[in-house]
Amino acid sequence: MLLPLVAMTTRVDWAHFGSLITTESAREALLLSLRTAVASTVLCVVLGTPMAVILARTRFPGQGIVRSLVLLPLVLPPVVSGIALLDTFGRRGLLGHTLDVLGIDIAFSTTAVVMAQTFVAMPFLVIALEGALRTAGGRYETVAATLGARPTTVFRRVTLPLVLPGLLSGAVLAFARSLGEFGATITFAGALQGTTATMPIQIYLQRVTDPDAAVALSLVLVAVAVLVIGLTRQSRSAV
Amino acid sequence: MTAAHLRIEARVPGRLDAALELAAGETVAVLGPNGAGKSTLLSVVAGLQRAGGGRVTLDGRELGDLPPHRRGVALLAQDPLLFPHLTAADNVAFGPRSQGVRRKDAHDRALGLLAQVGVADLAKRRPHQLSGGQAQRVAIARALAIDPDVLLLDEPMAALDVDVTPALRQTLRTVLADRTTLLVTHDVLDALLLADRVVVLEGGRIVESGATADILSRPRSAFAARLAGLDLLTGTWDGEAVQTAVGPIHGTPDPAAELTVGVWATALFRPAAVSIYAAGPDDAPHGSPRNRIAVTVTDLEPLGDRVLVRGEADGTTRGTLLTAEVTPAAVADLGLVPGLEVTFSAKATEVAVYGSFKR
Repeated sequence: MLLPLVAMTTRVDWAHFGSLITTESAREALLLSLRTAVASTVLCVVLGTPMAVILARTRFPGQGIVRSLVLLPLVLPPVVSGIALLDTFGRRGLLGHTLDVLGIDIAFSTTAVVMAQTFVAMPFLVIALEGALRTAGGRYETVAATLGARPTTVFRRVTLPLVLPGLLSGAVLAFARSLGEFGATITFAGALQGTTATMPIQIYLQRVTDPDAAVALSLVLVAVAVLVIGLTRQSRSAV
Repeated sequence: MTAAHLRIEARVPGRLDAALELAAGETVAVLGPNGAGKSTLLSVVAGLQRAGGGRVTLDGRELGDLPPHRRGVALLAQDPLLFPHLTAADNVAFGPRSQGVRRKDAHDRALGLLAQVGVADLAKRRPHQLSGGQAQRVAIARALAIDPDVLLLDEPMAALDVDVTPALRQTLRTVLADRTTLLVTHDVLDALLLADRVVVLEGGRIVESGATADILSRPRSAFAARLAGLDLLTGTWDGEAVQTAVGPIHGTPDPAAELTVGVWATALFRPAAVSIYAAGPDDAPHGSPRNRIAVTVTDLEPLGDRVLVRGEADGTTRGTLLTAEVTPAAVADLGLVPGLEVTFSAKATEVAVYGSFKR
């Protein structure tokens, strides 16, 4: 695990490290990556939480199939996810014409980046949260209900606090996955600097023209990842 | 404080078919073997399970398919299930807060209730900092905080250490007075000390119902007989002994019993503490005071390397059943056969005396 990281740091051109990571394109890529990853994480939480609650707390026919579908992006090659998204929302896709009429063009925009990242990161949040919900069990919720709490109150004051650690680690995983997303993004959103070229894409592109810059940017991404993990660990131990 | 008249008709196919009525303020103990439908009965009243073809009415108000949070029915289980992210006081305040009571008022009520159940000093603790007994006290306070019309207790002391149960039972005795309560239990003492009445549930049906002492001393269902397992005689406490139909029974008053002269009391002893002598003059060894009861043997049942001797106490019109556990040698020596008149003898130190909760 550690060896590739060490190998990479030995290749870093420390003398020009500062200037390499502060170029216009590098800064734009980093900011874009952070912005889109945060947006995707928020979307994952907003869309994934109800999904996890439904999967963990209810029983309905075909539940197994629904769960498999939710987890599908996890095992699908990201490029395939990108093509699927393109075939749905692209200009010549299933919904593309309708959206075109409405004046909305998603493919190859920052929105497309967020959608691609949300698509591939969602399973991480759903898995983590569903696990937490199952572990917490429904017994506390039952007690809360017999104490006169309405279902919304139960969810807000009992369920949510109980699964918060699970939700948090799910969100971190989703964030990390979004930050590292490459295949689906480049397929669905392309690699336009400042609009859709996120850090991984920028790194991939620069690897050909400027290997030193690519290595330097990679190191920045590693640093961001370490930072995020460190921060969540701290906040979790404080809970 | 509120107490309501409760009518239950519960029909859950294959599991429960029982009708039961509780007067306002009455405590009824539900006894029965595992899988008899006891917990299902509580679930139906709490609204966690549909009453099937039956119905549940509270003071004439049909609960029907009302969801649990609109029933005014509090449930206390074997596991206290305190919300782990809230302090003891916040746990107790949870119910009132959910019903819109202001934060300050809910907190004050919580502190008052914690004091009532004897854990006022633990208000700021988190559940993981509480012992099992303390947590269950907080859970009792939490259930009382919503001032429920009906309190449902599902083996509230089954998961606790034996040494904390008497004190907790005493607390329950105080808080259950004048509350309509349905108590599921495995423990004879719970039934005896907390309940006005007992129903025995077997295979989802009520097979026996009546005053606690009657059920336990003259069990008609197999389960009640097994459960009783203990010898039990009731009468009035005269300051020294329990005056029963078979004469005075000397024993050791339970420290928590608060016995006063003239109250209804119960003497309990284990069959293994009983010795059997031939009927006739007192030829038993003297020393510590003994209780002597004239008994007619009704049946003998081998139990491992011991023999259970059951007999009907003479002088009781309804035939109080007593059991002795003796060695096969003693059975042979005395020539015990059904119909023989003998004397059951139990040391006063082996007999525990409890004051009955209500009469």
